[in-house]
Amino acid sequence: MYVEVFNEREQTATNVELEGRKVKDLLNKLKLNPEAFLVIRNDEVLTEDETLHDHDRIELLSVISGG
Amino acid sequence: MQCSKCHRRAVINLQHGSLCKSHFIDYFEDKVFKTINKFQLIGRNEKLCVAVSGGKDSLTVLYLTKKYLEKNNIHSNSLTALAIDEGIDKYREKTIVDLKKFCTEYNVPLKIVSFQEELGKTLDQAYPIISKDTNKRPCNVCGVWRRYLLNKYAKNLGADKVITGHNLDDEAQAIVMNLFKANTTLAGRLGPKTGMHEHDLFVQRVKPLYFCAEKEVRLYALLKRFQIQFTECPYSKEGYRHHVQEMLNDFEHRYRGTKQGVVNSFLAMLPLLQHEKQEELPPIQECGKCHEAANTEVCNACKMKEVLEHA
Repeated sequence: MYVEVFNEREQTATNVELEGRKVKDLLNKLKLNPEAFLVIRNDEVLTEDETLHDHDRIELLSVISGG
Repeated sequence: MQCSKCHRRAVINLQHGSLCKSHFIDYFEDKVFKTINKFQLIGRNEKLCVAVSGGKDSLTVLYLTKKYLEKNNIHSNSLTALAIDEGIDKYREKTIVDLKKFCTEYNVPLKIVSFQEELGKTLDQAYPIISKDTNKRPCNVCGVWRRYLLNKYAKNLGADKVITGHNLDDEAQAIVMNLFKANTTLAGRLGPKTGMHEHDLFVQRVKPLYFCAEKEVRLYALLKRFQIQFTECPYSKEGYRHHVQEMLNDFEHRYRGTKQGVVNSFLAMLPLLQHEKQEELPPIQECGKCHEAANTEVCNACKMKEVLEHA
C-alpha cells in the first residue's frame, strides 16, 4: 500500500510504501518519533493505532517549536 | 481508537487513557487553570505581561491567560503581550505576523521590542562578533538579551508578573541539562515560578503550561485553529538543548511518563535545593551601566554590549 506524506518540518511530499496499515507503521518506516509529530488525514488528527488506507494523503505536523 | 470518556474518536493517547477533541480541550484547559491556582501564578489585582513570540506555546498561554481572567472575573485590561524581536533573518518576522493578527483578534495590546533598537545590533550581526571573543553560542547570547529586555520592559509596563509559554518538555530539558552540567544554582531558579527570592529589580516569571507536554500544546493550538506557521530558528540545532530534547523524546516513547517523572522528582527536591543554594547566591545589585539587575558590577547583557563596542 502507498500513502502520500507531506512533512511540515522538512517541507517535502513523498509517496511511502507501507507493509503495515497503522499510523505507527508509517512513523516507524520514516524513523520518526511519535512524540515529535502529529499525524493528520483530511483535517483529522490520527492516533498511532488508527488504520491507514491505500492512497491516503497524510500530513505530519512537527510538535517541536523551532525556537 | 475510542475516547476513554465517550464514544467519539480519540485524538490523543495519554498515559491514563485516550481522549477525543472535546474531552482533550477540557482536560488541557483544566490542567492549566489548576496549575495557575495551585502555584498561585496569577493574583487578582496584578498587572500581567505575557511574553509572546507568535509560536504555539506563547499563543496558547496568552489565550488561556485571557480565558482564566475572564472566567474568574478579573479585569483583562491588566494584560499586555510583550514580544522580543531578536533579528533572526527569515524566522522572527514570520512569527510576528501571526502574533499581530492574534493580538488584534483577541483584543490584547502588543508591545514589540527589538535587539536592533535596544542593543544596536540584531542577533545575526552580534553573535559572530561576541562568539569570537567569548566562545558563546547564539542561544547563550539570545537568552541573556531576551531575558534582559523582557524584564526591563515588563518593569516599564508596571507588570507584577511575566507569564511565559514554557511547557513540560522545556522544563524537563532544562532540569536534565542542569543535572548533566552540575549547574545546581541555576536549577534552583527553575519551577513554575522562577527565581529564588523577590527583588524590586526583577519581575517574577511564571509558567502556566508547566505540566503540559509539547505535543499536547501543539494539539491544543491545532484544535483551537490558532494560525501558526511552522518556522525553525536557524540556530536551534546548534544547542546542547537539542540533543537533550531528542534523548528525552526517545525515552518518552519507550517509557511513557518519563518527562513528567523528571519534573515531578525535581519539584519534590526544589525546596531543598533552594534552601541550600540561597546562601551561596551573590546579592543582587544594580548594574553600573544600565541600572538593571546584575550579579556583578556590570550585568551580562552590558558585558556582551561591551564586547561589541570594542570589536
